[in-house]
Amino acid sequence: MQRRYVSIWFRHLLTDRWVIRNPQQKDIPFVLASPERGRMVIKAASPEAEKLGILTGMVLADARAVLPDLQVFDDKPGLAEKLLSGLAEWCLRYTPVVAADIPGGLILDITGCAHLWGSERAYLKDITSRLRGSGYDVRAAVADTIGAAWGICRYGRITPLIETGTQKQALATLPPAALRLEEPTLERMHKLGFYQIGSFIDLPRSVLRRRFGQPLLNRIDQALGYMQENITPVRPVEPYQERLPCLEPIRTAPGIEIALKALLLPLCTRLGTESRGLRKAVFRGYRMDGGIQMIEIGTNSASCNPEHLFKLFQLQISTLRPDLGFELFILEAPVTENLDAVQKSLWSISGTGGLTEIAELLDRLTGRGGMDIVHRYLPDEHYWPERSIKTATSLAENPQTAWRTDRPRPVSLLPQPELIQVAAPIPDYPPILFRYKGAVHHIKKADGPERIEQEWWIQEGLHRDYYCVEDESGARFWIFRLGHYGANNPQWFIHGFFS
Amino acid sequence: MEQTATKNDIFEKLQKQIFSLQGFNAPTQGKHVNFGLGPVEQSFPNHVFPTGAVHELVSSSPVDAAATTGFMAALLGKLMHAGGLSLWISRKRTLYPPALKFFGIDPDRVIFIDVKNEKDLLWMTEEALKCQALSAVIAEIKDMDLTASRRLQLAVEQSRVTALLHRMNPGTMGNTACAARWKITPIASFLADDMPGVGFFRWDVQLLKVRNGESGKWQIQWKAGRFDHLKIMIHKTTDKDLLKTG
Repeated sequence: MQRRYVSIWFRHLLTDRWVIRNPQQKDIPFVLASPERGRMVIKAASPEAEKLGILTGMVLADARAVLPDLQVFDDKPGLAEKLLSGLAEWCLRYTPVVAADIPGGLILDITGCAHLWGSERAYLKDITSRLRGSGYDVRAAVADTIGAAWGICRYGRITPLIETGTQKQALATLPPAALRLEEPTLERMHKLGFYQIGSFIDLPRSVLRRRFGQPLLNRIDQALGYMQENITPVRPVEPYQERLPCLEPIRTAPGIEIALKALLLPLCTRLGTESRGLRKAVFRGYRMDGGIQMIEIGTNSASCNPEHLFKLFQLQISTLRPDLGFELFILEAPVTENLDAVQKSLWSISGTGGLTEIAELLDRLTGRGGMDIVHRYLPDEHYWPERSIKTATSLAENPQTAWRTDRPRPVSLLPQPELIQVAAPIPDYPPILFRYKGAVHHIKKADGPERIEQEWWIQEGLHRDYYCVEDESGARFWIFRLGHYGANNPQWFIHGFFS
Repeated sequence: MEQTATKNDIFEKLQKQIFSLQGFNAPTQGKHVNFGLGPVEQSFPNHVFPTGAVHELVSSSPVDAAATTGFMAALLGKLMHAGGLSLWISRKRTLYPPALKFFGIDPDRVIFIDVKNEKDLLWMTEEALKCQALSAVIAEIKDMDLTASRRLQLAVEQSRVTALLHRMNPGTMGNTACAARWKITPIASFLADDMPGVGFFRWDVQLLKVRNGESGKWQIQWKAGRFDHLKIMIHKTTDKDLLKTG
């Protein structure tokens, strides 16, 4: 398909924004200035100021001489870039590939998009009229290449619509500056009398290269489409994305739900045919006033079930703030995974689709409680009790080693061992009584010790001698002594309760 | 004599009808779970441990809680014997997963949900109980009123999932719609001939309340993967306390 690009030029980006923010400044000449090398330099001049001969780049003192009552405001560095990226986000409603073209412009890759608006003329008119409506003085042009669209947008006089393959004729009458050339090259061209692109574009390439260097040839090739030119989209294009522009702005929850369902169905069908499932999905609503609202869901296992995904989104729909209404919805699946048909057979679950049902249940639970609430444990090859389990990364992960049952382990383990006071008269024997939380427990029966050494490659420290003890009332505890008996009064800890 | 016999038959039939209306269905051949609880099961309607129902287990101290957790794990082991997954929903979990293996459960077949606030706990338990694919759901819920327990009961009547609710230090102990209320406390283990060491886990199992059944008190030992009823004669409880709760 022939690629088509739109170039948008904001002629007075900064001052237009200033007027939008401060409407009383309209029709008054003013400039935005900032200090540079010890003097104030004009960074942006309003259209009225430009009419009076005050141009960007002038020193403020000179401008004051021309117009004594000129109003001056501070220019914030980096504002233009921020504004452009915001405007680029806004333009995402026209095409998924939008790039900021610093300074003062945007590039849109509209390949295959314009027919949704009827024609390129209507498409371009919609963009420009809406940007003008919000207060920006813009020009736009559409062409086969970025270079041609850029030149026509800024210097074109006849039509902003350049038909496929006619960029050479369209550029012929424009000044060389329309080719995005460097200042020295332009000066040299001016000296040589090249006032129009048409007067040198057909010269032999070797001649042009000798006089003006390779950059000129590159620019010509880019404008004519002989050379590929890449843009960096403001938002990377997701491979799994569905868009739904709305005729009328949508403000109600039922309306949003219908839109969401309409987007989920094609996305899930597409994922299903590629036997993939999504792990994460983002639903964005583009508001009339330019605001973007989004909700996000995550799943515990790859899913392409529209009803289930809809339920997950439904919990959050109430957090969207439509204000004046949404005019575009985008559903993206940034993270997808292969759907495994074999997953179900890993566990012997009664009934079909049991695992899917459980995965969907977990999605609902995490949707409410947060992604970090679900834990599943696998055995880990460590003797140290706290380290003998590791969290599983997925529902389908199987244990690599067997669960050990050769040594007793308590059913309830304290998160931190707690210090106890003991009476232990005989070395390497369990204590005869201990005090825990104010209560004294007389030990009647005991098993042990089980010595668990520190794993020196992880951590250094003393070993633990564990005893399983039972007191007179039948309560069973897991207690340990840290280090050897006798060596500077060892400490005792309680670490768990047996059932 | 004959007349009384037929009368008893009619009574039994009617009683069974009432049970089935109340949700105590006699287990079908395939789904029957053998708990091996012995005389304890006699207290339940139809003399069968009710699966697909909500059980609550009450504990008041960390020691009792550990015993209760052990008993629950033992029940869960029986429920998960045929395979499947279960959910363990709790807020401040102290359970040490490897210990489940001692009760016949592969710890990797239990999914732990560590909820951050009490309010979500009930919602999540109800949501989990609606999922038929689970073998059982264990929830550590501190406080629950009649309405909440009814919601859980309605959920399990649909899905036939067994729910074990562990109520640690409950603030109030009001009426609930649960099928049974248990209290498990540890008792001293026993070793023959004064052998050194700690014996098999022994519990004092009390059924404080049983819907359409009798309460009672037993001593049970967990031995080699099954419940072992100790034939120590305990008088059929006619305690005033138990009558009050019943």
